[in-house]
Amino acid sequence: MIKTVSQINLAVNEKLKIQKNSIKNGTSKKRICIVTGTHGDELEGQYICYVLGKYLKENISRLNGTIDVYPALNPLGIDSIMRGIPGYDLDMNRTFPGIESGTMPEMIAYEILEDMKGADICIDIHASNIFLREIPQIRMSIPTSEVLLPYAKMLNVDFVWVHASATVLESTLAHSLNSTGTKTLVVEMGVGMRITKEYCKQLVDGIINLLVNLEMLTDVEVGEIREPVVSLDGAVGFVNSPAAGIFVPDTEFGSIVSEGDIIGRIVNPLTGEIVENAVASCSGLLFTLREYPVVYGGSLIARILRQEDKKND
Amino acid sequence: MTEKIIFALESVYREPLEIKAFCFGDTSKKTICIMGAMRGNEVQQMYVCARLVQELKILEINGHIAKNTGIMVIPCANYHSMNIGKRFWAMDNTDINRMFPGYNLGETTQRIADGIFTEIQGFEYGIQLASFYQPGRFLTHVKQMVTEFTTDDGLAYFGLPYALKRSPKPYDTTTLNYNWQLWNTKAYSLFTHSTDDMKEDSAENALNVIMRFMKKREIINYPIHAGYVTSIINESDMLQIHSPCGGICRIKTKIGDVVERGQIIAEILNPLTCEIFAEIEVPEKATVFFHFESPLIVEGTVIFKLVKNNDF
Ligand SMILES: [Zn+2]
Repeated sequence: MIKTVSQINLAVNEKLKIQKNSIKNGTSKKRICIVTGTHGDELEGQYICYVLGKYLKENISRLNGTIDVYPALNPLGIDSIMRGIPGYDLDMNRTFPGIESGTMPEMIAYEILEDMKGADICIDIHASNIFLREIPQIRMSIPTSEVLLPYAKMLNVDFVWVHASATVLESTLAHSLNSTGTKTLVVEMGVGMRITKEYCKQLVDGIINLLVNLEMLTDVEVGEIREPVVSLDGAVGFVNSPAAGIFVPDTEFGSIVSEGDIIGRIVNPLTGEIVENAVASCSGLLFTLREYPVVYGGSLIARILRQEDKKND
Repeated sequence: MTEKIIFALESVYREPLEIKAFCFGDTSKKTICIMGAMRGNEVQQMYVCARLVQELKILEINGHIAKNTGIMVIPCANYHSMNIGKRFWAMDNTDINRMFPGYNLGETTQRIADGIFTEIQGFEYGIQLASFYQPGRFLTHVKQMVTEFTTDDGLAYFGLPYALKRSPKPYDTTTLNYNWQLWNTKAYSLFTHSTDDMKEDSAENALNVIMRFMKKREIINYPIHAGYVTSIINESDMLQIHSPCGGICRIKTKIGDVVERGQIIAEILNPLTCEIFAEIEVPEKATVFFHFESPLIVEGTVIFKLVKNNDF
């Protein structure tokens, strides 16, 4: 059933509506929220919501409980290819927990949070941004990791990044939900403005596996589930662009690199010269790679999950 | 006066972004730093700093800058955005004022913030010319974020009718003001009437306010009007009125006006028929501190901030 979670009057003859599809069967009180579209330029979650919605429709008799699917927390952003909330230049994921009688973004954030609170698990799906491509991964802060890690392992991702908490991140949807006791997992995968079907299917398999583990789905087939690499901040190496120019990758995304390998070149099309090489800062799995070619000095080129150098063994 | 480039950033096709600082007095001393535009629409903020540079040049020549004090003014840290009509860093839409204290090995705007902060941390006083995220008019005022590190109550030295105190929210912790305080600078944000448009009278007022603060802190010695007795208000004590609906916004008062209980100070109209959707009524006698200013308004938008006139 389609429900409106929050609505607000725009200036001219239009209401902004945040909607969810509440898919329900059986007697179980268990509830899972699948939420995406907080950042209007991240679209991987769109395909996941569609595939999951279709699957659940076809398997509704096997469901026991409620799956709430929120495909677009920021509909105006999705409609206008804007990451933030149009008109406010505001990152929606910095507005939680919101304010009941606040500004438009604050009110919406409040009502969304109230609607999701109390669910057994929430999965907040992000798609990196237009600049970077990411392998399917789950990110969580150290204090939440004890509770969340067992569920993260069910979701068929390649990697779980347990990071230090920062005050500024207290305004995220995930932090706000986790701090009220609603377990929320943040997924990062793919790249902005595009759909990567294989990753989407991988996560949908993971969500189905989670539902089976929670006994909300029975009598369904689950494929093989990946065991993610779980890692702390210290195990992640960063490669930032050493210069301004056009970045041209020379390494396969998702491959294993050795420290010192050339990940790509920063070139100058005007002079036809290589300005600098972007070099692997450590050995390991290239789990983030720059997709958008134009760079400044400092632009993130890659992230590497540190591993023993196996190439030279 | 000495002029120096505190941070430079190469770009593939544009000339490098060179952030310029203008220093006066004893340049080995970090007494006061004034930070102008960090966003591309903060033209007024840049202009106030430019006027300040002009005035300080004269004061310096005439020996009106106190001995053993150093003044640094940075009019514009982000003209790359200003030159192309963008508010935030054009490539990734990030806000330099959400990147402090910065990170010299991080993303571009983290590096810019780091480059700036490396130069401007350690000053005794810091004044940032700030802007509000929505179109509107303010009474010129100064704001201090009250943190566990706040040691100073110099708000009254600006001689403005109103000064605000604000308790920081999580998203404030990456602003310049917050980080200045974290590194022991007494930091203030100065808000003038407007942002995108340049207003000479408002700029002159802001200039005087900064000069007055420097005079009272004995950084400059130059005769200047003493200003007002400042009412210090907690931001949370202001009356904040949200628009009850969307439509055309017709404001029927102006900033600084004392408005009476029951007075209609704005109308929201149906944008297709001009029928009145809502009238905004004053809940109690107050002074108009902020009003929204744009023809169209969305439901929930802050349309007024009023200071209660308890004293009358
Ligand atoms: Zn996102």
